[in-house]
Amino acid sequence: MLRLRDLVAESVAGVLQRPARSVLTTVGTVLGVGAFVAVLGLTSTATGQISKRFDALTSTTVTVTDAGESAVSFPADADRRITSLNGAEAAGVYWQVPLRNPVIAGSPSVTAHSRANAGDLPVFAASPGVFEAAAVTVSAGRLYDTFHDGRGEPVAVLGAGAARRLNIHQLSGRPAVFIDGTAFTVVGIISDTRRLPELLLGVLLPRTTAENLYPPPDPVSNPARMVIETRLGAANLIARQAPVALRPDQSALLKAAAPPDPRGLRDSVDTELSGLFLALAGICLVIGAVSITNTTLVAVMERVGEIGLRRALGARPRHVAIQFLCESTALGALGGLIGTALGVGVVLAVALQQEWTVVLDPATVLPAPLAGAVTGMLAGAYPAFRAAAIEPVEALRR
Amino acid sequence: MTPVLDLDRVTRIHPGPPAVTALADATLRVGRGEYVAVVGPSGSGKSTLLNLLGLLDRPTSGVYRLDGIDVAGLGERDRTALRGGRIGFVFQSFHLLPHRTATENVMLAQVYNGAPRGGRRAAALAALERVGVGHRAHALPTTMSGGERQRVAIARALVNEPAILLCDEPTGNLDSATSQRLLSLFDELHAAGLTIVVITHDGAVASRAQRLVRIVDGRITP
Repeated sequence: MLRLRDLVAESVAGVLQRPARSVLTTVGTVLGVGAFVAVLGLTSTATGQISKRFDALTSTTVTVTDAGESAVSFPADADRRITSLNGAEAAGVYWQVPLRNPVIAGSPSVTAHSRANAGDLPVFAASPGVFEAAAVTVSAGRLYDTFHDGRGEPVAVLGAGAARRLNIHQLSGRPAVFIDGTAFTVVGIISDTRRLPELLLGVLLPRTTAENLYPPPDPVSNPARMVIETRLGAANLIARQAPVALRPDQSALLKAAAPPDPRGLRDSVDTELSGLFLALAGICLVIGAVSITNTTLVAVMERVGEIGLRRALGARPRHVAIQFLCESTALGALGGLIGTALGVGVVLAVALQQEWTVVLDPATVLPAPLAGAVTGMLAGAYPAFRAAAIEPVEALRR
Repeated sequence: MTPVLDLDRVTRIHPGPPAVTALADATLRVGRGEYVAVVGPSGSGKSTLLNLLGLLDRPTSGVYRLDGIDVAGLGERDRTALRGGRIGFVFQSFHLLPHRTATENVMLAQVYNGAPRGGRRAAALAALERVGVGHRAHALPTTMSGGERQRVAIARALVNEPAILLCDEPTGNLDSATSQRLLSLFDELHAAGLTIVVITHDGAVASRAQRLVRIVDGRITP
């Protein structure tokens, strides 16, 4: 008969008998449990930051790419077809016009080899909806609209970079941009965009104008695209609906790319980043278990006399085994507690230094000391078995 | 009156090879309140006898009754309980836990027999007082003399009020002056009615006992 309180008291006394050794024994468990908590804490904290960076802009942008073999697969009324969908705010088709060594300049007299030739500027065909979908800021003049587009008017909007390059700063003199000698009246200059920043370096022509004058884009190197601004949370829905709305006859011609699902992003971060570290933490824990086994075995050998005495005083082999098991469990739990504290400390320090918000999952932090205790218990099983098998006759003769 | 110890034609053979007969046909009765010394040269079977008497070993044949109970029919659990409750052991090397005070060492004997926690300290102090080391109750064994340590060990053996005090070379690690004082303690305990069996090869110890039993080559000669 052995009371629980006596058992605990005897075990604690056994651990405290050699405090320095007990602390050293727990080092492996401290490292293992600490690493577990730190890795899981840092992962959840870092994931929190990634989710934050995953902002409203990317999560409301859908891009549809032309996957057809030739010509442009987007119908002429593509913008209207998309904006009539519930959840879509604005949409526009654009592509880079395929020009071979063009002469682009602010004056008709510039030749191909002149320094004033800005032939490397990209020329974009863009439906009027692009401006809204890209959320452009107009710094001078105005944007072309569906009227210009419908009539194929020879007008152009310049990106801020292109305007600087062509030396066009104000529109009061009704400037024009000449592409291979064809004049396009510059109606406006855009200084900024939220989406499609490449437009800032280009010359933008209405879609119909470009289609009338130039060949369709190369579907492999520069396919036509559509940019869609959606309402928050509607991106995945619109991405599914857009190809069918645009080409009910052949929706396979269009490929819609929704922004990555933030939940999927978190999962990938969790598995990729922490897998290795968790493996290392596991190794630490195994080392911790081995060191507890080792120390407890040494303690059993050292305390053979005590074991014999306890047997003579009426302890059953089971009592001896349970006592050593309790001692190793206490050691493991102690290591687990210290390790958890250290792990949380590491997460806190890193988060403070990076100015991150600490995200600690109670489901990982709270059971961590328990993991240490379980490690200690498993580690103590063999020494406890050995202790129970000691014959009191032999033990007492020492 | 039933004897406290009753060995009836007990044999213990250590299985070989070669098989060794450590105790042959031993018959020994110790009545209540007796003070018996078992003497013999080393290798004569003293330790085997002690282990059998202390329920630390089982006889190969024969009957052993402790306090009238035939222990052959008992399971290990009951034997352990009997050992903890009826027998007080005193060893040559004391076997005190070095990191615990005298009181705590004595209290250890009460852990395994289910004594209520509340009364343990008082019982331990009383036992220490009884063997004359009440003043060292809070000292650690490492700071004590050999005689004091053995007295603490005797207090531990007495605290559960056993039927018999079983001593294995109790003065083996003590000088002669200390031994004499310890033997005086045994005399006092005997006078108070305690049953004592001392196993020794020391003639001085044996001469103080009320009754002498010789054991040679595993055979007991009264």
